[in-house]
Amino acid sequence: MERRELEAKGYLVTPGFIDLHAHLREPGFEESETIASGARAALRGGFTTICAMPNTEPAIDTPGLVAEVIARGRAAAAARVLPIATITRGRAGRELADLIELSAAGAIAFSDDGSPVDDARLFRHALEYARTKDLLIIEHAQDTSLSRSGAMHEGVVSARLGLPGIPSAAEETAVARDIAIAEMTGARLHLTHLSTRGAIASIRDAKSRGIRITCDVTPHHLAMTDDWVAGSRAFAWEREGHGREAPLARNGPAPAVDADRFAQSQARLSLEKPPARAVPYDSSIKVNPPLRDWSDVRALWEGLVDGTVDAIATDHAPHASVRKNVEFDQAAFGISGLETAVSLVLGGVAAGWADRNTVIRALTTGPARVLGIQRHDDDWIAIDLDSAWTVAAEELVSMGKNTPLLGRTLRGRVVYAVVGGKARYDGGVRGASPVGSR
Amino acid sequence: MRWSRRHILDTDDWSTEEIEAVLDTTGAMVEVLSRPVRRAPPLRGRTVVLFFAESSTRTRVSFELAARTLSADVVNISASGSSVEKGESLYDTVRTLQALGGDVVVMRHSSSGAPYFVSERTDAAVINAGDGWHAHPTQGLLDAYTLRGALGHLAKKRIVIVGDVVHSRVARSDINALVPLGATITLSGPPTLMPSAWRCGQAPAGTTYEMDLDRALDGADAVIALRLQKERQEGGLLPSLREYTRVWGLTEARVSLMRPGAPVMHPGPMNEGVEIDAAVAHGARSLVERQVTNGVAVRMALLYLLVGTPTLEAS
Repeated sequence: MERRELEAKGYLVTPGFIDLHAHLREPGFEESETIASGARAALRGGFTTICAMPNTEPAIDTPGLVAEVIARGRAAAAARVLPIATITRGRAGRELADLIELSAAGAIAFSDDGSPVDDARLFRHALEYARTKDLLIIEHAQDTSLSRSGAMHEGVVSARLGLPGIPSAAEETAVARDIAIAEMTGARLHLTHLSTRGAIASIRDAKSRGIRITCDVTPHHLAMTDDWVAGSRAFAWEREGHGREAPLARNGPAPAVDADRFAQSQARLSLEKPPARAVPYDSSIKVNPPLRDWSDVRALWEGLVDGTVDAIATDHAPHASVRKNVEFDQAAFGISGLETAVSLVLGGVAAGWADRNTVIRALTTGPARVLGIQRHDDDWIAIDLDSAWTVAAEELVSMGKNTPLLGRTLRGRVVYAVVGGKARYDGGVRGASPVGSR
Repeated sequence: MRWSRRHILDTDDWSTEEIEAVLDTTGAMVEVLSRPVRRAPPLRGRTVVLFFAESSTRTRVSFELAARTLSADVVNISASGSSVEKGESLYDTVRTLQALGGDVVVMRHSSSGAPYFVSERTDAAVINAGDGWHAHPTQGLLDAYTLRGALGHLAKKRIVIVGDVVHSRVARSDINALVPLGATITLSGPPTLMPSAWRCGQAPAGTTYEMDLDRALDGADAVIALRLQKERQEGGLLPSLREYTRVWGLTEARVSLMRPGAPVMHPGPMNEGVEIDAAVAHGARSLVERQVTNGVAVRMALLYLLVGTPTLEAS
């Protein structure tokens, strides 16, 4: 189908989304996800390009492994899969991987994600060495000595639940270190899945000083707070007395063209009450960095609106049920996020926390700029902004059913995805025959 | 009031009426325990499964005695260590418990929240006998019963809880049981053993933090000392046990700062000479043994309210 046809049917047609951060688990953890299942799940979420994190088994630290991920991504014939390779050999944090050779083999960026590079000296050398080809380093910014035993955000909720906390300072101190090293080396550094207001403030300041640093935030950190661990299921914008904040745009109110839709969405928000409560200690909410408190969520949206935050990335982290169907403190970290991402962030848009163009940019041109790639003009998607759908495990294409949104009705859904000019997903466009769905 | 709870997982959302209902029922159970033949029939034909994944002789024996006094059949299941290391998952154990068909599962587990996990996956009523750092509801209720007995009532009484609060399910359950009865709580202990949010103006309703134990005890109506695990020092949370004892140990001089005769409690087992002096532990103010006795009665009350038939008459 043509873009114009879909626009005429009332769909929002946008460039395909680019995800800077997805875990596809292959090789090594194929019971949780494969490159093919992840790349198909991506299309369901509107992502026509996804960057695959290298914390697989083995970790992606040789050119042959990079080539293999590329080949399997092509074979999936779904979203484009761009491999990220490790910064250090085996992600062990001891010696540098062959960054130049890995780049030549097709690695789009470098990250030891899952673990930060704890050794500041080695991290400095990684950034210095990356300058040879102006390579992009993506860092999971966290001081592991502060976060190590934690299971959730450290705050009033963790105190009540008796769970060991991951303090905001674990991220904030690491971000401060990383900014200082980025400044001294002049390398391209991207900090992924930032979750704290302190980190956003530091990035804002670093950018104002001209340091080459970019960052992303995840849909779950934009939508959920730490009290979800205690059983709350209210999105940040549904919190009592906080549904109707003035739009955050610094340069005046949200665009007038959206006023009607905004009013309608607000009316809907009050109709679609979230389920009152869920059982506490649901391991599907366990994620690293952890869901933070409401003021952190507001700071992430502020960063998105003022450009401090460059991109929204999913940190899609599928897990086989055996890793989640255990005690909270024993459960694996991670939320399966590709297929719910756009619905979540559109929820914040409907509540007036950012305008729609801001979040679409953060899913398209923002991540393209971080990666330093040209967007493909023939990668595009169509979104049905009004479609309400209920998240169900059996409907998710990802093998990872680990999302706290199961059973939740969300609004806004990708219905059509085109990659390289070919329709790769058709989720039931009105008056069309399905192509490649499921 | 009509009892409506199916499980006892935490008391954090209990009303004052619910807590009072348990304490009043506990009074009736104390009477049963004082009979020449300590046996009543309301749990006849019921099976109580004691599932202790973390060892605890005292609490297990207390529950076992409570269940047997009410004529229940008792089954013990112990599993040690974390599920993941041992290869047997909690999920497996729950399926087994479900297949065995007990009416009540009393569980102790080292992971906070584990009783919620079990309650979602079994038809039995679940009683939390202590989960990680989170909750120990029967301890909180037995402390409330014991304090009410000693002080008459808890309205406007100020109770000091001193020690390792951050790792203490007892402290959390004491707060949840005592505050709804009108007590205020002063938490004391080293800042490293206090939840950071509670030190920074976000302490639970009815509680405050006072680092200085002498000031906390000044004029207080009772004190509850918490057990100090020796590994806190190795974890870098304390310089030494000696310094802890000097600054936060309960000595005779310290307890005399409270109102005359104000009682001293401890959930046990005590490290005498660390968090509490032997003279205080066994002195005239000590209610430690009464806590143990009352513990059986509180556990009987909960078993009775959850699955008992409404008669306490001896058969």
